[in-house]
Amino acid sequence: MTDPQTSADPTGTSSHGSGPFIAAIDQGTTSSRCIVFDRDGRIVAVDQKEHEQIFPKPGWVEHDAAEIWTNVQEVVAGAIAKAAQDIPGFTPADVKAIGITNQRETTLLWDRHTGEPVHNALVWQDTRTDALCRELGRNVGQDRFRRETGLPLASYFAGPKIRWLLDNVPGLRERAEAGDILFGTMDSWVIWNLTGGVNGGVHVTDVTNASRTLLMNLHTLEWDHKILASMEVPAAVLPQIRSSSEVYGTTNVGGLDGVPVASALGDQQAALFGQTCFAEGEAKSTYGTGTFMLMNTGGTPVNSYNGLITTVGYRIGEEAPVYALEGSIAVTGALVQWMRDQMGLISTAAEIETLASSVADNGGAYFVPAFSGLFAPYWRDDARGVIAGLTRYVTKAHIARAVLEATAWQTREIADAMTKDSDVELTALKVDGGMTSNNLLMQTLADALDAPVVRPMVAETTCLGAAYAAGLAVGFWPDTDALRANWKRAAEWTPRMDAADRDREYKNWLKAVERTMGWIEEEH
Amino acid sequence: MPGPIQSLERAAAILRLLAGGERRLGLSDVASSLGLAKGTTHGILRTLQQEGFVEQDPVSGKYQLGAELLRLGNSYLDVHELRARALVWTDDLARSSGEAAYLGVLHQQGVLIVHHVFRPDDSRQVLEVGAMQPLHSTALGKVLSAFDPVAHSEVAEGELAALTPRTVTDPAGFEQVLELTRARGWAADLEETWDGVASVAAPVYDRRRMPVGAVGVTGAVERVCDESGIRARLVAAVRDCARAVSRDLGAGRF
Ligand SMILES: Nc1ncnc2c1ncn2[C@@H]1O[C@H](COP(=O)(O)OP(=O)(O)OP(=O)(O)O)[C@@H](O)[C@H]1O
Ligand SMILES: [Mg+2]
Repeated sequence: MTDPQTSADPTGTSSHGSGPFIAAIDQGTTSSRCIVFDRDGRIVAVDQKEHEQIFPKPGWVEHDAAEIWTNVQEVVAGAIAKAAQDIPGFTPADVKAIGITNQRETTLLWDRHTGEPVHNALVWQDTRTDALCRELGRNVGQDRFRRETGLPLASYFAGPKIRWLLDNVPGLRERAEAGDILFGTMDSWVIWNLTGGVNGGVHVTDVTNASRTLLMNLHTLEWDHKILASMEVPAAVLPQIRSSSEVYGTTNVGGLDGVPVASALGDQQAALFGQTCFAEGEAKSTYGTGTFMLMNTGGTPVNSYNGLITTVGYRIGEEAPVYALEGSIAVTGALVQWMRDQMGLISTAAEIETLASSVADNGGAYFVPAFSGLFAPYWRDDARGVIAGLTRYVTKAHIARAVLEATAWQTREIADAMTKDSDVELTALKVDGGMTSNNLLMQTLADALDAPVVRPMVAETTCLGAAYAAGLAVGFWPDTDALRANWKRAAEWTPRMDAADRDREYKNWLKAVERTMGWIEEEH
Repeated sequence: MPGPIQSLERAAAILRLLAGGERRLGLSDVASSLGLAKGTTHGILRTLQQEGFVEQDPVSGKYQLGAELLRLGNSYLDVHELRARALVWTDDLARSSGEAAYLGVLHQQGVLIVHHVFRPDDSRQVLEVGAMQPLHSTALGKVLSAFDPVAHSEVAEGELAALTPRTVTDPAGFEQVLELTRARGWAADLEETWDGVASVAAPVYDRRRMPVGAVGVTGAVERVCDESGIRARLVAAVRDCARAVSRDLGAGRF
């Protein structure tokens, strides 16, 4: 058939250019993925695989690190294969570097001689160290190490998890002191394996991941020996702390051959980098398993007086480190998953929007998902989840709405704290992560914040940030200005809610939050 | 208490008759096997057809089960799931094309916009998610009408309103447009809905190869077109995107 409306037959034309490319591995809480990007920061190929969430007891969350490493190898191979399928003439040699980003704080100890984990990894959401943290606080309390580390003593962070493993796995402390055991967050585990494992794998971590252990001094960026002594963690298990953007070694995994492993960033810091928040005062909020708002505070670590934490944003090679203020929320997307997997009220995460859209409001119900206690701005390990305001009127659709509103109000709480700590007014919120595909949620967020919500064109900013940092390390991109040019606005939601409604709803939310606290009573 | 409603009982009997295998039956076959008058049977079949539960083959005039029935079961693809799967690829479409990208599904007698990605320039734009567009004049609507039999029956029964001087308003001409769309796998709108605006769209298929939506770009006619029509580069980008989304939905390679 002739074709009067187009100038040429487009069959066979690919809208993608040819290489070179950068790959990034995102070893996340629910899944591992690998994405291949081109020079414009466009996605060329993606592969992803979920891993098992292991819940041995209430409040305990574990991952099988061997399964994770298998999945990482598979997704790297998968993404490379897809790129080869879609890009004419693609070869693995077109991948110039690979970057790593990861779920933070999740803690693993493994045997350096066999490469075998000594126990499942203790996931960041795991609360088994809450009593230990109270004990470590001694007479000072939660802020005992805050001046050095920027963090409150909470079960969220890695240090106490190492201590728990050393205390609870028989014989482990002796092996650790003898130098046979390595500790790592998932960045270290992945990099050690990528670079050879038992055959010369490098044992490193980056400043952003190290800043989540409660063991690193935020000012010197070195392990703090006094804290190590207090926490009874032998220095022999610790990786070397490196910058976020440099070549740590090379890898041959997934069909790659001698490709530089050139970046490591905790997932939230990677998202900050991917959103190109390179200037002081720039912030983003990422909506995945949990939600994390980070604001770049430049060369100074800013203390929080409103329940936020102080963390390293990134460090590019030899450059000075950039710090960030962070508001961490443990459970946002995880609550949607809970509705799907534990309650069976929806069959996919996206269906929460369909269910929630079938009613006009929450019917008086509020859901505070304090499944792992409350993180920012409360830091209460003793809190547990609550659904408040129930009457016989409430249906599953109202609960679905309350689930989405929980994410919005939790964001409001940390946004308020951020404004107080930084003196920077929130003029618009840059968002990313899997939950941003939920239109009702994004509108609810704009309404709760009374500020516009903006999504950039690459929702996978976590992987993008790791790719950017790796690309900078090997000269694929010249500098951060070149990266800024890639940022484009994909969507914007503007507030529509009446001020009186907003105030009433926020007040109700805060009332519900109060009811979560003190649920867990001190044991022993 | 009122008794069962006779016409519903008869409609159910017709659906049962058409169910089971790839069955196509003519009007008189249906009428005689159920012992009904032809006029009555025709009325019920037409109503079922309007609801999308029954389709009539345009050539033979025979009836078969409609696509809408498939949507009733669990296999129905949630539009929010569709948006989540399309997100990465529609972002990329907007970037590579430099135009606003849209994802639309059939809703009642029109196209419901379920996802919208802004044109990647710094201009102020308003999110159009939730808006309705006409089936007969937009590229998204033409794709749905061409590939989804339910959309086709909606458009065939509606009026082809002249929205601009270029809107195709005569039914025969419109059917030709749909035929062209099926043949080449994409549709265009050259100032047929809004003056000065052109768009191009392609179908998205799910795992059962059901057309579940349409994806496309829309922009100023001078950017989207050259002398001979939609720019080939944009057609390629839109089709790449539709294929990528379909692949993510499990439609396999095609
Ligand atoms: N349309 C949606 N509406 C609400 N929640 C969603 C939607 N799509 C995904 N989610 C939630 O978002 C989360 C997945 O998002 P994303 O992939 O960004 O998570 P993540 O935290 O990065 O995962 P990981 O921790 O493995 O990296 C899941 O918890 C899921 O329940
Ligand atoms: Mg993530």
